[in-house]
Amino acid sequence: MKKIMIDPITRLEGHGKIAIFLNDDGGVANVYFQVPELRGFEKFSEGRPAEDMPQITQRICGVCPEAHHMASTKALDALFHVEPTSTAKKLRELLYSAFYVTDHTTHFYILAAPDFVMGPDAPPAERNILGVIAKVGLELGGAVIRTRHENHWVIQTIGGRPIHPCFGLPGGVSKAINEEERAKIEEIAKSSVEFGKLSLKVFDDVVLKNKEYLDMVLSDTFTHRTYSMGLVDENNKVNFYDGKVRVVDPEGKEFCKYAPRDYLEHVAEHVEPWTYLKFPYLKNVGWKGFVDGKDSGVYRCTPQSRLNAADGMATPLAQEEYEKMYSTLGGKPAHYTLATHWARLIELLYAAERMVELVRDPEITSPDIRTIPTATPDEGIGIVEAPRGTLTHHYITDERGIIKKCNLIVGTTNNHAAISMSIKKAAVDLIKPGKEITEGLLNRIEMAWRPYDLCLACATHSLPGQAPLEVTIYDAQGNELKKLSQGIS
Amino acid sequence: MDNFEPKIVAFCCNWCSYAGADLAGTSRMQYPPAIRIIRVMCSGRVSPFLVLKALSVGADGVLVLGCHPGDCHYIEGNYKTMRRIPLLKKVLKQFGIEEERVRLEWVSASEGAKFAEVANSFTQSIKNLGPSTLDNLKQSSKGAKHG
Amino acid sequence: MAKLKIALYWAASCGGCDIATLAIGEKILKLAEAADIVFWPIGLDFKYADVEKMPDKSIDACLFNGAIRTSENEHVAKLLRAKSKIMIAYGSCSYEGCIPGLSNFYNRQMTFEHVYIETPTTDNPGKIFPQTKVKVPEGELELPEFYDTVKTLAQTVDVDYFVPGCPPEEKTTWLALEALITGKLPPKGTVISHAVKAVCDECPRKKGEKKIKKFYRPYEIVPDPEICLLEQGLLCYGIATRGGCGALCPQANMPCTGCYGPVEGVIDQGAHFLSALSSIIDSNDPEEIQKIIDDIPDPAGTFYRYSLPDSLLRRARIK
Ligand code: SF4
Ligand code: SF4
Ligand code: SF4
Ligand code: FES
Repeated sequence: MKKIMIDPITRLEGHGKIAIFLNDDGGVANVYFQVPELRGFEKFSEGRPAEDMPQITQRICGVCPEAHHMASTKALDALFHVEPTSTAKKLRELLYSAFYVTDHTTHFYILAAPDFVMGPDAPPAERNILGVIAKVGLELGGAVIRTRHENHWVIQTIGGRPIHPCFGLPGGVSKAINEEERAKIEEIAKSSVEFGKLSLKVFDDVVLKNKEYLDMVLSDTFTHRTYSMGLVDENNKVNFYDGKVRVVDPEGKEFCKYAPRDYLEHVAEHVEPWTYLKFPYLKNVGWKGFVDGKDSGVYRCTPQSRLNAADGMATPLAQEEYEKMYSTLGGKPAHYTLATHWARLIELLYAAERMVELVRDPEITSPDIRTIPTATPDEGIGIVEAPRGTLTHHYITDERGIIKKCNLIVGTTNNHAAISMSIKKAAVDLIKPGKEITEGLLNRIEMAWRPYDLCLACATHSLPGQAPLEVTIYDAQGNELKKLSQGIS
Repeated sequence: MDNFEPKIVAFCCNWCSYAGADLAGTSRMQYPPAIRIIRVMCSGRVSPFLVLKALSVGADGVLVLGCHPGDCHYIEGNYKTMRRIPLLKKVLKQFGIEEERVRLEWVSASEGAKFAEVANSFTQSIKNLGPSTLDNLKQSSKGAKHG
Repeated sequence: MAKLKIALYWAASCGGCDIATLAIGEKILKLAEAADIVFWPIGLDFKYADVEKMPDKSIDACLFNGAIRTSENEHVAKLLRAKSKIMIAYGSCSYEGCIPGLSNFYNRQMTFEHVYIETPTTDNPGKIFPQTKVKVPEGELELPEFYDTVKTLAQTVDVDYFVPGCPPEEKTTWLALEALITGKLPPKGTVISHAVKAVCDECPRKKGEKKIKKFYRPYEIVPDPEICLLEQGLLCYGIATRGGCGALCPQANMPCTGCYGPVEGVIDQGAHFLSALSSIIDSNDPEEIQKIIDDIPDPAGTFYRYSLPDSLLRRARIK
């Protein structure tokens, strides 16, 4: 049996690797997506003061520290039984929306777009953000850089620090914003809306108008019929900061909808000995292994899944795009992994529109940003929708608010099983006996997991970046037959 | 454990406890050989760093001895110590180190007998606790891969 | 002048340092002019084998972020040390172990049992733990070994310079890169930051006499925005933390938590903070003192928030 290693592929609370085993006849026998790292946050949080958790847990990930900071802060609201002031909630959501804008921008342009704009078979040296800029125009490149840069400024201004923010407290936030800052954020929000529109136009031009790509998006190779999960507001519209978790089945019917405090009734995690990362699944369906369908507890938690799980978008422009997407894809729910990129751009536009709403709210500059908790802390669960999946923080403390137990279900983890399945399906369909394994072919396999946005730190860099991929093919005796690699050299 | 001879570091303030230890010696009062005395100018000079350092290089126990409250030659020195040691003990506990391994006592220049008694009882309590494995632990943490 | 060859690597890291390394704004162009990045797993074609083939000392400088948590981290640290003339521990994880280093209050067994068995969502009736080698029907899979103790880079290989911060601020990063580019290198062992003195020196809050009768937790009070937070009873680590960040946290009304590491000359940051705090407790009565310090709920985890692996004691002793 041959073994193909893709090692390391990416970062996910560390690194990651894919092992593809071939049959003796050259077809794919099985695929394993391994996460070779664990850092033990759930354990060493024990003994720490609960109020330090937003700053502690964000060190899980420097790519989405805002998501951990926010889920943790919300868990503290619940833990201390305190309702944050209205301004505090809005400031948190404003920062969080700015974070979504930068994060989705980074993912789409630096990771996803090269495949579509340059083509999956373009030479690796061109298949990167610089190639994209060269083809689509410098102006767009400038807009990408500016959007990221400006929204990082928003994050630092509200959150106190550029990478690991420090403003979250039970019952509120540590710092208000002034009118001057507000006005600047409003400008940034408005230009982010324009940028969101522009990005959807780019997607329209390069993907939707190209029949070959559209066929690829709709092909079975990149399709999985799983449950979809996402956070929704009281009108079942997509929300990133607050609401209930809604799950729809592969047909799009509501399977469950739960408040954060009830998550234990709905989600469980499976353990495998060959990876440090667990596999969450729907408890009331059960773990049936790496399979799709209604009888398998595997769910997905991606931009597309969130749109599937909701009844629409809460802002007008995003809603228009939402409708357009589903009519193009032939209805709801959609299970096309590659269409996740499209959904991501719709979310980007929503986040930008939401920024505009929030920053124009007369309350946003109010100094009323803290409610001092008075109740005895005991247990708290906080959920936000992180760009890479529903993020759950659950703490139990003693009466002084010292953490006794901590459980975290982190964004990408939700998709761990689905990622393995997507890679396997693409590999099975693409690697065929007798067919040469080319770099472009491996890139198509990579395209199967890239939509999940595996928390790639490369996603956050402004330099040409593409997930590095090294594939080594071994024969049955473990001898190296062939080595291929891709990336920028 | 019977033949365990603990290594104990005693930081003695020059003006009182050191003189007290001296008196104990000249009066031929018995105190255990396990005690290694380090003379400091004031108990206030014994920073938590020094205590941790002693523990981390293999001391099984650390005694900090100073002038009685109000008698410090530098006025505030021993009050600082009075606040440091309990906080340090809390920290040690979190490190899994018995807080009894560090003790603070006030011993004046005339209290040779008290010095001998403190030295004896502290040594006994360290004997009861057994050796501190901190030193090995530090070594093993360097290359430890199992455990 | 020949271009410098620089390697960037992440070990047990959150990725924040990777972002910070290149978040130097338009100075990135200056860097690109002076240096080629020859190895950068997350941005460039990545092959351990390529690095293995490089002659020893052929990389001018390696900026290494992340702590040493697994056998793979250790292996790559040693490899890069051999290939690099200058080894830089970049960021708190690599310099002192950082927040993930709090794991040294526990050990591997406790961590595994909690993560893979005890957590309430985990369903693991067979009590399966991840293994370094696993037979699957199709062959064998490997995982790096998860160590009992988090180590700093300097506890693993010889380190030339340290860049503090979680993550280092833009200007701190540039200070280090500029030293490399211009060749004006400080003495070996230097911690590269603008300030050698404490964060307090950069903090705009009004400072008076520090005398504390009661410590508060940050959620318990709304501090006065102008006055030193420590004087208001919040455990602000600014007095025992190296400056250079510009006192970001106190300016957001939050206490400094110590991410820039110890001030110049201090070996154990936690012991230093402990000492500094004891000096300002306003009581000479043992009982009252005990009451005041009992308001500090997690002294070891607070004093060693970023530096447990680098402390004198390094880890907790587990019986
Ligand atoms: S030092 Fe901080 S930012 Fe850097 S890798 Fe460690 S946790 Fe992340
Ligand atoms: S608030 Fe903190 S950093 Fe500022 S002066 Fe006070 S102790 Fe120093
Ligand atoms: S104030 Fe303290 S914790 Fe905050 S960035 Fe500066 S050194 Fe780090
Ligand atoms: S002089 Fe003896 S304790 Fe200060």
